[in-house]
Amino acid sequence: MSRRLLGLALIFPALAVIVFLFILPLIMSAVGAFQVESAFGWGNFVKTFDLYTKDIVFSVVIISLSTVLIGIASIAIGGYLTLGEHPVAVAILRWLYRWPMFIPFIVVGQILRTFLAKNGMMNNTFINLGLLTPIDAQSFLDWRGIVIAFVWKQTPFVTLLVAGAMASLNRETIDAARNLGASKLRVLIEIVVPQVAMTLTVGLILSFVTMMSVLSVPLMINAQSPTMLTADIAFRVNSYGDYGVANALGLVSLVLASSVAWIYLRASLKERA
Amino acid sequence: MTVVASKSSMANAWAALWWLPRGIVFGLMAFFIFGPLFNMLLWTVAEKWYFPYTFPLQYGFSSWEKVFAPRGGALESLSNSLIVALLTVVVSLLLAIPAGYALARLKLPFRSLILLAFLIPQAFPNLTVYVNIARIFYEIGLNGTIPGVVLVHVSHGLVYAVWIATAAFSAIDIELEQAARNIGAGAMRTFMDVTLPLAAPGLMASAIFVFLESLDEFTGSYFVGAPDVNMLPLLLYTSAAGGNYQIASITALLLLVPSLVFMLMVERFLKADVLSRVGH
Repeated sequence: MSRRLLGLALIFPALAVIVFLFILPLIMSAVGAFQVESAFGWGNFVKTFDLYTKDIVFSVVIISLSTVLIGIASIAIGGYLTLGEHPVAVAILRWLYRWPMFIPFIVVGQILRTFLAKNGMMNNTFINLGLLTPIDAQSFLDWRGIVIAFVWKQTPFVTLLVAGAMASLNRETIDAARNLGASKLRVLIEIVVPQVAMTLTVGLILSFVTMMSVLSVPLMINAQSPTMLTADIAFRVNSYGDYGVANALGLVSLVLASSVAWIYLRASLKERA
Repeated sequence: MTVVASKSSMANAWAALWWLPRGIVFGLMAFFIFGPLFNMLLWTVAEKWYFPYTFPLQYGFSSWEKVFAPRGGALESLSNSLIVALLTVVVSLLLAIPAGYALARLKLPFRSLILLAFLIPQAFPNLTVYVNIARIFYEIGLNGTIPGVVLVHVSHGLVYAVWIATAAFSAIDIELEQAARNIGAGAMRTFMDVTLPLAAPGLMASAIFVFLESLDEFTGSYFVGAPDVNMLPLLLYTSAAGGNYQIASITALLLLVPSLVFMLMVERFLKADVLSRVGH
């Protein structure tokens, strides 16, 4: 057997799992989206946009807002880890920011549900500190809760990537700019961030796609209308057995995720040109 | 002298003053990171806790007894979750070790495309995929069975297994293998006695990644497993939906501990030489 054939034989079982358990169902869902009672048509999409346009917009706005906030937070944390001059402060931050990274989404949903509730620990703490009166306390278990959960969980992951990229930058330009009197903020925005832009974009796109497919957070924090597309898909399947509309909704989220990836691909091609 | 001294003590005072904004920012971060976790810990031992009290009125372990009682359901979910996670690790590694070795050592056509193919399950919104897998599995009798759930978890965890295994194999010095071959060891013997032990720490890291990914997976278990195969994330979801915060919090804690332990020790298994090769 030639080495090439041996290599393919070794890799085939693993590849087959991906093809049969992911790519095939993915194609099925794309085809199923156009299937109305064993004929092809746009019926599912008409229904989808009739019923769920609000949720589609809601999902896009929530996830985009979360992505922007994650980006800002990861630049701020990564920037401090790179440019911070006090070793103790940097060490504290490095220790602090990672905690939520490996916490499962379902656990994030549960713990933030109790933390952000009207009588949850966050409001209670603010009331006890005299920053809030009990009457003004409000529940954050709506779109804000979903955004907080996403930012809480995804920021460490993007920060890890961004801080890693920042650490491998050439220090000389940074030190030169600092010596010429540029403030840390200016160095961060004008020198550091442009150089790690690609890593940041990759991290944010991966986060975007992850957030597009998380079901547990919207189910745990806010499953009332308007809600995220994932909750709608689960509802369509579990309550109506309506695979057509579920697949159409899935295709919509697929198109949304791919358009983000396409923006990235175009940017990276431009950079190489 | 005194001017210099007073200048440096001024500088020290300024430096100390910087701890004020730092302290506020770090304090707020710590509050938002550890607050929810602390809140969850309180719920696991809260006997009585209702509005408007800031802290539980009564502490105790009765919820723990309920959860771990024979009919509490948690033991079944815990053992299902562990069985599924261990089987997922075994199947993933059986698939990933040959694949990773081939990707690291043998000349393959479309190597980078093959590597990328394993990322697909992470790079597309996977909810509709699970919905359709559930339909296929239903037809062939795999829905609601442990092998069905394991297969779904394998497809999702394979990217870690294959990518890290590939990195672990390519970090090994090829001359060690050649030396073994030169003194007469066969290809299989060389692989088992030289390559595999050297790759073991990296493979261990990939096993832990796959284990956690399986333990924490919700969406696939929800569509393929429920309601026949109960798993910890499903128990967490149903008890939270039913308003039982104690049981939900204890389940959350059971899921949380392995994740945090791994976060603290990931660097011991994933050395920089392997890490820098992931995805290459």
